[in-house]
Amino acid sequence: MISGKYSKLFGLVIGLFIVISLVWASIILGLTKITPQMVIDSFYHFDGSKEHIIIQDTRLPRALIAATVGACLAIAGTIMQGLTNNPLASPSLFGVNAGASFFVVLGISFLGVTSLTSFTWLAFTGAALSTVIVYVLGSMGRDGLTPIKITLAGAAIAALFSSLTQGMLTLNERALDQVLFWLAGSVQGRELEILIAVLPYILIGWVAALTIGGQINVLSMGEDMAKGLGQKTILVKIFGGLIVVLLAGGAVAVAGPIGFLGIIIPHVARWLVGIDYRWVIPYSGILGAILLLLADIGARYIIMPMEVPVGVMTALIGVPFFIYIARRGINE
Amino acid sequence: MKKQLTFRFRNLSFLMDKNSLFKIVGLTILIIVIMIVSLGIGQMQVAPWNVVKAIFGAGSDAENLVVQSFRMPRILLSVLAGAGLAMSGAILQGIIRNPLASPDIIGITGGAAASTVAFLAIFSDRSSSLTVSIHWLPLASFIGAVAMGFLVYFLAWKKGGIAPIRLVLIGVGVSAAVQALTTMIMLLGPIYTASRANIWITGSVNGTNWTEIQTLTPWMLFLLIILFIYARRLNMQELGEELATNAGSLVQKDRFMLILLSTALAGGAVAFAGGIGFVGLMAPHIARRLVGSVFGALLPCSALIGGIIVLIADLIARTAFAPLEIPAGVFTSAIGAPYFIYLLFKSRNN
Repeated sequence: MISGKYSKLFGLVIGLFIVISLVWASIILGLTKITPQMVIDSFYHFDGSKEHIIIQDTRLPRALIAATVGACLAIAGTIMQGLTNNPLASPSLFGVNAGASFFVVLGISFLGVTSLTSFTWLAFTGAALSTVIVYVLGSMGRDGLTPIKITLAGAAIAALFSSLTQGMLTLNERALDQVLFWLAGSVQGRELEILIAVLPYILIGWVAALTIGGQINVLSMGEDMAKGLGQKTILVKIFGGLIVVLLAGGAVAVAGPIGFLGIIIPHVARWLVGIDYRWVIPYSGILGAILLLLADIGARYIIMPMEVPVGVMTALIGVPFFIYIARRGINE
Repeated sequence: MKKQLTFRFRNLSFLMDKNSLFKIVGLTILIIVIMIVSLGIGQMQVAPWNVVKAIFGAGSDAENLVVQSFRMPRILLSVLAGAGLAMSGAILQGIIRNPLASPDIIGITGGAAASTVAFLAIFSDRSSSLTVSIHWLPLASFIGAVAMGFLVYFLAWKKGGIAPIRLVLIGVGVSAAVQALTTMIMLLGPIYTASRANIWITGSVNGTNWTEIQTLTPWMLFLLIILFIYARRLNMQELGEELATNAGSLVQKDRFMLILLSTALAGGAVAFAGGIGFVGLMAPHIARRLVGSVFGALLPCSALIGGIIVLIADLIARTAFAPLEIPAGVFTSAIGAPYFIYLLFKSRNN
């Protein structure tokens, strides 16, 4: 679609502009009427009125979290698809989200974890553990990593972790009350502090993701070819895996498991800019932020005055897309 | 001496070697022993012989009551649910020709979970009590399971056929979406619904009564009969599409019927026992190792092993953390997932 270095760069700038406008829209739109003037006033002349409090405590964190989490999940999905050569790879289907959720719920319900730092680290641990398990399981054997094997391994690990999570919750009903909303995946009602606590890791993940594009290009020609060209494929995979853990784990720590974003966005990004991962990765980030912001704004209007958790929104958008890809065939 | 027994009657035909027959008899004895032991264990301990007496109403009054009214229904349900899930898994593995397929992975269980939760949410009033009889719940779960089975089947349909791999992938995807819906319904409904639904989803045979057994048993028997008629067609499916077609089998038509059967079996089981995970995966495997992959022997053997797994899981679930009860599904998953990993590891070179 978009070709040429300058038009791709220009596209990124436009994308960034769209993200900023959507953040703005996300602050203004919703059950409580907010005017643009109020938003500006709430920064410079904060008067403690209901609207100002809503802007500062609810809408602004929500918009920023949606943008960040969207970008993280999309980039994680892109890297996973690049590394595994599997168009269905994504943090949710490969059990990364489920693993992170399991550890977080374990922390809340049994270890009495309250501090944000330990919360984050639990999510990272869970994400890392499931990434490693799924990857190792999916690539065992003579034929190496096959899409069907890794998808099944991911589904099984996701099933394992979610049923263990549910088991813990049946034992501890109070915890169920606390974590149910988080488990559905939502960017609403999260505090900005959580985002700030995780942000350093996410930033490292983003920067690293931007540098790995060239290596993924080489790897996606096939493992043998990459080795022949002198690439240390193991190192690239470990490095890529670490980025996935940082980004997916960080996103889950902030917003809970939000699915399907990581599947859709990489395809859209590749459709836009071709298969060069040096461009696909930044485009994925921008597109992920746009999609999650849109889904979150939409989630407010569907069953107003209640809200649909944004994780449900992305699942509903994502499944038709997923089915389309699965029907088209995974080897094309 | 002939090593194999053949049964032939019009359309019905299957063959079983004597060795398998002995193993099936052995498993039947084993399952009866475990049932008796499990009937005796609990807050009130009953010695095995007294259990047998109590089953026939010849024990003390307390023993009769505990064994017949409290423990018997849930033990029978464990066996029925385990058997249903196991046979469902055996069929799916035969069709998909992948040892990793199971009713939970392709989303049948997930569909049942969604409709169960929806049922609980729609029919509860503000004070969190149900406005209709709880006896309708299994019907809701069953409809969910079957609807999901069909949905996945039709979405996987392309150019006049079902490719097994597509079926699995679409099952995985759709069940993820259904899971999101389930969470949403739980979230929007009252917390009572949420905790009750959560137990159901994890799978538990706690609080079963005789009515449920009376509803489930004829259903299972009916499916079982059809299944035995279809067992030989399942053997054909395992040969793969081309060979089966060449051998004169109507591959797609049989496949449809078999998927329907598999869904109905799993649906019946989860309707009463909830989403007990991984049984449909584990049991057929263990059975295959015992009696090989001829379905005449494999199906009964899987059913018995499935029953044994759920029985033991339930026994642990109600005794390990007593007086707290843990859903049996947690234990089947805890054993099932490592088993699954082991399978992946073993099949690594195929």
